[in-house]
Amino acid sequence: MIQADLTVILPEIVLSIYAMAALIGAVYTRKDGLGPLLVWSTAGLMAVLAIWIASQPNVTQVAFNGMFINDGFARFAKVAVLLSAAVILVMSQDYMSRRGLLRFEYPLLIALAAVGMMMMVSAGDLMSLYMGLELQSLALYVVAALRRDSAKSTEAGLKYFVLGALSSGLLLYGASLVYGFSGTTLFTGIIQTATHGEMSLGMLFGLIFLISGLAFKVSAVPFHMWTPDVYEGSPTPITAFFATAPKVAAMALFARVMHDAFGAAVSDWQQVIVLLSVLSMFLGGIAAIGQRNIKRLMAFSSIAHMGYGLIGLAAGTEMGIKAMLMYLAIYVTMNVGTFAFILMMERDGQPVTDIDALRQYSRREPAKALAVMILMFSLAGVPPMLGFFAKFGVWQAGISADLFGLVVASAIASVIGAFYYLRIVFYMYFGAENEDQLDTNSSPVLWGALMASAALMIVGVFYQFGVEGAAAAAAATLVN
Amino acid sequence: METTILFAPLVGAILCGFGWKFIGEKAAMWTATGLLFLACILSWIIFFTFDGVTQQIPVMRFIESGSLSTEWAIRLDRLTAIMLIVVTTVSALVHLYSFGYMDHDPAFREGESYKPRFFAYLSFFTFSMLALVTSDNLVQMFFGWEGVGVASYLLIGFYYRKPSANAAAIKAFVVNRVGDFGFALGIFALFFLVDSINFSDVFVSGPKLAETQLSFLWGEWSAIEVICVLLFIGAMGKSAQLILHTWLPDAMEGPTPVSALIHAATMVTAGVFLVCRMSPLMEFAPNATAFITFLGAATAFFAATIGLVQTDIKRVIAYSTCSQLGYMFVAAGVGMYSAAMFHLLTHAFFKALLFLGAGSVIHAMHHEQDMMNYGGLRKKIPYTYWGMMFGTLAITGVGIPLTGIGFAGFLSKDAIIESAWAGGTGFAFWSLVIAAAFTAFYSWRLIFLTFFGEARGNKHTHDHAHESPMTMLVPLGVLSLGAIFAGMLWYGAFFGHADKVGKFYGIPVAEASEHGEGHDADTHAAHVADGTAEEHHDTAEGDAHAEDATHADDAHGDSKTGDAAHGGDHHYVFAGEPGQGAIYIAPDNHVLDDAHASPKWVKVSPFVAMALGFLLAYLFYIVNPSLPGRLAENQRPLYLFLLNKWYFDEIYDAIFVRPTLALGRFLWRRGDGNTIDGFLNGVAMGVVPFFTRLAGKAQSGYIFTYAFYMVLGIAALVTWMSIGGGAH
Repeated sequence: MIQADLTVILPEIVLSIYAMAALIGAVYTRKDGLGPLLVWSTAGLMAVLAIWIASQPNVTQVAFNGMFINDGFARFAKVAVLLSAAVILVMSQDYMSRRGLLRFEYPLLIALAAVGMMMMVSAGDLMSLYMGLELQSLALYVVAALRRDSAKSTEAGLKYFVLGALSSGLLLYGASLVYGFSGTTLFTGIIQTATHGEMSLGMLFGLIFLISGLAFKVSAVPFHMWTPDVYEGSPTPITAFFATAPKVAAMALFARVMHDAFGAAVSDWQQVIVLLSVLSMFLGGIAAIGQRNIKRLMAFSSIAHMGYGLIGLAAGTEMGIKAMLMYLAIYVTMNVGTFAFILMMERDGQPVTDIDALRQYSRREPAKALAVMILMFSLAGVPPMLGFFAKFGVWQAGISADLFGLVVASAIASVIGAFYYLRIVFYMYFGAENEDQLDTNSSPVLWGALMASAALMIVGVFYQFGVEGAAAAAAATLVN
Repeated sequence: METTILFAPLVGAILCGFGWKFIGEKAAMWTATGLLFLACILSWIIFFTFDGVTQQIPVMRFIESGSLSTEWAIRLDRLTAIMLIVVTTVSALVHLYSFGYMDHDPAFREGESYKPRFFAYLSFFTFSMLALVTSDNLVQMFFGWEGVGVASYLLIGFYYRKPSANAAAIKAFVVNRVGDFGFALGIFALFFLVDSINFSDVFVSGPKLAETQLSFLWGEWSAIEVICVLLFIGAMGKSAQLILHTWLPDAMEGPTPVSALIHAATMVTAGVFLVCRMSPLMEFAPNATAFITFLGAATAFFAATIGLVQTDIKRVIAYSTCSQLGYMFVAAGVGMYSAAMFHLLTHAFFKALLFLGAGSVIHAMHHEQDMMNYGGLRKKIPYTYWGMMFGTLAITGVGIPLTGIGFAGFLSKDAIIESAWAGGTGFAFWSLVIAAAFTAFYSWRLIFLTFFGEARGNKHTHDHAHESPMTMLVPLGVLSLGAIFAGMLWYGAFFGHADKVGKFYGIPVAEASEHGEGHDADTHAAHVADGTAEEHHDTAEGDAHAEDATHADDAHGDSKTGDAAHGGDHHYVFAGEPGQGAIYIAPDNHVLDDAHASPKWVKVSPFVAMALGFLLAYLFYIVNPSLPGRLAENQRPLYLFLLNKWYFDEIYDAIFVRPTLALGRFLWRRGDGNTIDGFLNGVAMGVVPFFTRLAGKAQSGYIFTYAFYMVLGIAALVTWMSIGGGAH
C-alpha cells in the first residue's frame, strides 16, 4: 500500500531528495562556488520532471487515502510550475552571479518551493493543502530576503513573512471551522457535507476564511498589499519567480479547493470570487498608473491579471477552469519575457527599474523594443496578440455563466489598465530624449527568452503547442 | 460576349489606373479606350442579333445570407440591349474625345499626371453603369447604382484643387444619398414582402403586392404604391428630378466629357431605366405612376424655364438635360415605357453631341464658359458649329409634322407628348408642350449667342479660337449621325404598333377585334414573340392567322405615320404576363393606341411650340439683340427668380443645410467635444488619477496597515455573506 502511494508522489520525492542531498553536498564542498552548477542542474532536473509528468498517462491517481491527488489538472499545473521555475532559474543565473547573490541555497530553495507547489496543486485534504502551502511559503520568505545586506530586500522578506503568517492563520482558522462543521479534512468528505442540505453558517465562515488565505497567495484585492513591496524589494529574478510559478500554483490550488471541496455550493463562493476579481482588476489597473518603478508596476499588473484569471474560476464551470488555465499559461509566458527584459535593464552594470530610462529605447535597440512592444500589447490585451485571446477566453466563460456585469467591468478595467502598458511603449518610441541611457549589452539567455516570449505572443494565436488541449483535459478532470 | 462587355471596362480601369506607371500614360489611355470600343462593338452586335427572349447569364454567386440568395448574373433583354449600346457607344466616344479635351489641362501643373486617372475613372464609371443595366436582381443593381455614384463623385471633383468642384462633388453625393435611401427602403420593402430581390421573382409578384397592405411611417398603404414611390425616389435622385435636382447643374464643375457621359447620356437616365425595368410593378400602382407623371412634367417645365436665362453654356445644357429627363418620366409615368426608352436613346445621342460640342467650343475659347463672351464663332469652328446645329435640330424636334421624317428628338419627343395627351393629365400635356417651346428658345439662344452675331468678350481669346483636333471631331460626327437618324430608324420598334413593339421587347401580343375587346381575344393564341414576325405566323394555326399576317403587314406599313386608325380590322394588343419580355404593359393600358389615335392638333402642337420658340429666339438674338436686356429690366423679379433657379438652393440652404450644419456643429462641440471627450477626459484625468493617488496612499509601507486591510477585507466578506445571499 505504502509503495503504491510512494509511486504516485515519486516526482516530488525525487525533487526533495535532490534538494536535500545537494544542500548537504554543497555545505561540505565549495559552497557558493557550486551556485552556477546547481542552478543549471536544478533547472535541468525540473525540466526533466516536467517532461516526465507531462508524459504520464491521463488517469487520476489517489494516494494516502485521498490526501494526495495526481490527476490531469494537477499535472497541468505542475508542468507549468516546473517549467516556469526552470526558465526563471536559468534567466537569473547571470544576474545573480554578477551581483554576488548566487548563493548555493538559492536554486535549492526554489526547488523546495517547487515541491511545495506541486504538493499544493495535488492536495486532496486540508492538511496536505496546508503542508504544501507552508513549504512553498517558507522557501519564498527566505529567497525574498536573499540580499541580506540590503534593507529593502530584508524588509520585503519580513513583510512577506509577517503578512504570510497572518494569512496562514486565516487559512488555518477557516480550515478548522470547516473541519468542525463537516467532521473531516478530506475534500471528498467536505463536499458531501455541503451537498447534504444547505451549507451551515459555520461552513460558510470557514469557506470565507479559506478563500481569504488563498486570495493572499494569489494576491487578490484586498489581500494584495504585500505584493508591490515584496516585488520591489526582492532581487529582480526572485520577483520574476514570484510573478510566475507561485501564482500558477496558488490559482490551481484555489480552483481545486473550490471545486473539489465546495463544488456543490458554487453559488456561495461564486459571488465572493466575483468581488475579489472585480476589485483586483480595477485596483491593479488604477494603482499601476502611478508607478514609475517597473517592478512595482509589474506587481500591480500581476494583481490585475489574477483578477482576470479569477473570472474563469468565478464562472464555476469546466469552460471557466479551462479558460483560467489558458490564462495562467499565457500570463506566465508573457511575464517570463517581460522579466527577461527587466533583468536586462542596466546602466553601467547597475540594475535600473525606473521606466523613464526607457525613453527613446527603440532608437538604440529596435529589436528588443519591438519585442517589448509586442509583450506590452499582449499584456494589455490588444488583439491580435495572445494576451487578447486569454482575456477573450475568460470572458466567454463568464458570459456563458451569465456573469455579464463581471465581464463588462473587466472590459472597462482592461481599458484603464491598457494605459500604463502603452505608456511604456510610448516612452520607448516617442519619449523625449533622455540623458541616462540603458546599456545595450545583453546576455544571450535573456535575449532569447525575451524574443521567444514575444514570438509566442503572435505564433501562439495560430498554434498553441497542445496547451489548449491539455488545459481542456485538465479542466475536465477537475470539474465533473 | 455579355461578360466581356461588362468586364472589359473594369479591366481597362484597373490597367489604366494602376498600371500606367508600368506601361506609360499613352499606352494606358489607349488600353482603356480600346477595351471600351471592343465593348461598344460587341454591344451593337448584341443589339442587332438579339431576339427578344430574356436570357440570364450567371457570372458568380454574389450574396448568400439567410433566405437572401443572389447571383451575379447578367439579365439580357431588350432594355439591357438598349442601355448597352447607349452606354458603351457614348462612353467609347467620350474616351476618344478626352484625348483631345484633356490634353494640357490648365488645372494641373506641368508634368503632373492626371490623364490616366481620368481615363480610369471613366472606365470605372462605365463598368458600374453596365453592372447597373445588366443586373438581374436589385442588390446587384444597387451595387452599380452606388458605383456610378462614386464615379460621378470622383469625376465631378476631378479638379480637386478647385473648392467649388469639391463642393459640387459633395453636393452630388449627398443629394443622391437622399434618393438612394428611398431606393434602399424600396428594396427592403420588396424583400420583406416577396422574400426575394431577384427580378424574376419580383416581377411576378405585382398582382399579389397590389392586394397587400403595408404599414409604413404613419399609416397603412397599398404595398405596391409604397414600393413604387420609394423606388421612384431613388430614381429622382439619380435622374435629378424636381426636389432632388439641385446637384445636376453644379455637377458641371467636372470636365466636359464627364458632363456628356455621366450627366447627360447615361447615369442620369438610370432613374428612367429603373422605372421602365420595374414596369411589372409600376403597372399595378396607378397612384405612384400618376405621381411620376406629375413630377416629370413639373421638372420638364421648371428646368426649361431656368434654362431660358442661364448664360453658362454648360448650365444651359444641364437644365436642358433635367428637362428632357422630365419628359422621359412623363412617358414612363403614363405607361409608355417604350417611349421613355426611345427618348432615352435619342437623347443620349443628341445631348452627348451638344455637350461634346460645347466642350469643343470651350476648348476653342480657352475654357471660357460664359456665352456672353462668345459670338460669331461660326466661321472659326465650322465643324463644331455643324455638330451643335444637328444637336439643336434634334433636341428642339425639327421634322415634318404628321410624317415620320425628322430629327431624332422630333420623333421621340412627339411620341412622349402624344402619350402624355393620351394617358396623362392636361397638366402633363401642356407642361410638356410649353417646355418644348422653351426648349426651342434656349437651344436656339445658345446657338445664336455662340455662333452668330458679333464677337464679344476678350478679343485675344477670339483671335486664338481654333478648331478642335480630330479626336474630338470624330465623336461629334458619329453622334451627329445618331442625332439625325436614330429617331427615324427605330420609331416603329419603340412607338409603332403593338405587334412591332411587342416583338422588339419580346412581349407576347394577342390579336384583338376592331372594338378593342383585347382581353377577350384568345390569349392561348398569344405566345412569346421569340422570333421574327414570320416565325410568329408560321407557328400559328389556321387560315385566320394567315389572314392576320396580311393585316400585320399593313400595320407595318402604316406604323411610320403613327396613325392607329389605319391599323386594320384586327390589331394587336399586349398580352404578356408580368415578367415576360423586357417591359410589362397591362391589358388595360391602351396608351399606345390612344396616342396613335390622338387628334391632329395634338400631333402638331409640339411642332408649333418649337417654331414659336425658334422665332422668338431669332427675334431676340438676331433681329433685335437689345430686346432681352430690356425685357429683363421690365420683368426684373421674374428674371431674378429664373436666374436664381427658383431659389431652390437658397431655400435648401436655409431649411436643410444650415440647420444640419448647426446640428453637426452642436453635436461635435457639445456632444462629442464636451460630453464624450469631457467624460472620458474627466475619467482619465480626474477620476482615475484620484483613485491612483488613493491607492498609492493606502500602500503606506507599514505592515500594520497591510494587516489592517486584510482583516478589514475578511470582516467585510464575512458580514456580507452572513447578511446577504450566503446564509440561507
